[in-house]
Amino acid sequence: MNTCFKCRKIVGGYGIGNALLTEERINFLSMIDTEKGIIEDPHHQLSGSSVKGAVLVFPGAIGSSVGAYVIYSLKVNGAAPAAIISTNKADITTASGCAISNIPLVDTLETGSFFAMRSGMEVKVDADSKIVCVTNRTF
Amino acid sequence: MLRGERGESLAVAYRILLAIGEATEAERLIPIKWAHISGVNYNTIGDSGVDFLEEFSKSARVAIRTTINPMGFDQNKTVNLSENFTQKQMSIARSYHMLGTTTSFTCVPYEIFDIPEKGSAVSFAESNAAVFSNSILGLLTNRESGLSALASSITGKSPYSNLLMDKFRHAKVTVKPDYELATELDYGLLGYFAGNAVRDNCIGINAGEEKLDTIKAKALSAAIGTSGSCGMFTKEEGTKQEIISCGKEEVITIKDELNTAEDGDLITLGSPQLGLNELHLLAALIEGKRLTKRCIIFCARAIHSQAEHLGLIDRIEHAGGEFMCDSCTCLTPLITRADFDSVITNSVKAAYYLNHSNRVGVCLKDLKTIMKECADYN
Repeated sequence: MNTCFKCRKIVGGYGIGNALLTEERINFLSMIDTEKGIIEDPHHQLSGSSVKGAVLVFPGAIGSSVGAYVIYSLKVNGAAPAAIISTNKADITTASGCAISNIPLVDTLETGSFFAMRSGMEVKVDADSKIVCVTNRTF
Repeated sequence: MLRGERGESLAVAYRILLAIGEATEAERLIPIKWAHISGVNYNTIGDSGVDFLEEFSKSARVAIRTTINPMGFDQNKTVNLSENFTQKQMSIARSYHMLGTTTSFTCVPYEIFDIPEKGSAVSFAESNAAVFSNSILGLLTNRESGLSALASSITGKSPYSNLLMDKFRHAKVTVKPDYELATELDYGLLGYFAGNAVRDNCIGINAGEEKLDTIKAKALSAAIGTSGSCGMFTKEEGTKQEIISCGKEEVITIKDELNTAEDGDLITLGSPQLGLNELHLLAALIEGKRLTKRCIIFCARAIHSQAEHLGLIDRIEHAGGEFMCDSCTCLTPLITRADFDSVITNSVKAAYYLNHSNRVGVCLKDLKTIMKECADYN
């Protein structure tokens, strides 16, 4: 069963993948291996997980302004997320990185949407239609 | 994408500005006076960044004064780096030259170039420069990314949003340390705490001092830039502000996380790159002494040549200091695990990236203590 939520489009496009959720912000420059998309920082909630092909659901980027280039590297290396959902208003690093990498980016989801999402669930991000759908496997 | 056809780069630039405009809810673009771009070091942008800039620079030229961040090494020194690194790094430098930027290779443009009048809108990537310029110089900039500042450099415009607007330049939360701050390292640790704790555009910092000197303000700015997304600090206190207290224990926790070694094989100074006032201080601290460890000092070439005329370079080199221009401690390929188990620095920003990216142990101490412990009278 699909549960769909409205959102705000920052970068258009369509992406589908398994949700990778975190409440912790990401310093793309220091935390991610750009070859495989693996989050290497041992202190991060997502340590050891890969963003490759996933729908990354996170509060935003911190730290280095070069993070935008890291997102682009992930894309060129085939290790980028299928889409990104920002749980806060999207930040400049993530927005600019997604813009040149054609990674769909949305934010400002309807209230309640994050309660419906768990890591591993299939999420479809249709940024152009401003819709995010979660396939709830427990139904 | 990015075939280098005429106008293609401009289209990419507007795509970036549109996305960040959407994200920050800007209604329009406004002209800016200066762009400062990050994404210059091959260690940070990699092969895809090299190729992107090569294509981008074929059809784009900067429309306003544009300065650029440090690269990976000193172009006038022979360093032991792979041919691949050197070639890729020089390709990046060529692309920025083609774009018409001033190849300043500095992360402290605010200590080198003339500053536009207060209230001028600029576009600064490089987080320490954005935070310092907003907080100390009264310039208006968002925490731009390397790509958004690049887009603004060739369009001459930036979305009118967040820290460009007065209403976002006031703190809702003020961080107040409940202990005495003394050294630049204390300010760095406070900044790291504040940047992580507060997620607004602007943080209040009440550290008791009337006017922060430049060295402490740099350390505070760089650390705020490292741990969070905030782009400005202010001293001003409103009546409705929430106060977050920063205690000794919080600072000890942060220091324990960043201070991963008891000692180091090398002293590294300069993240951000040192300015003239820091070189004056360093020269005074080691006057008549000899450093007992290798000490690399990172500064911009423009600062180095001024310091040379002032006799500072001779004095510091006489004590055993080594200078590296065009580059910075952060993400330099010159400091790796293969060569150094651990290093000593006074910079919280350097400590973070040396630990996380260079994978080198770090011993954090303030400059005076480092020079007291690591320099002996001849």
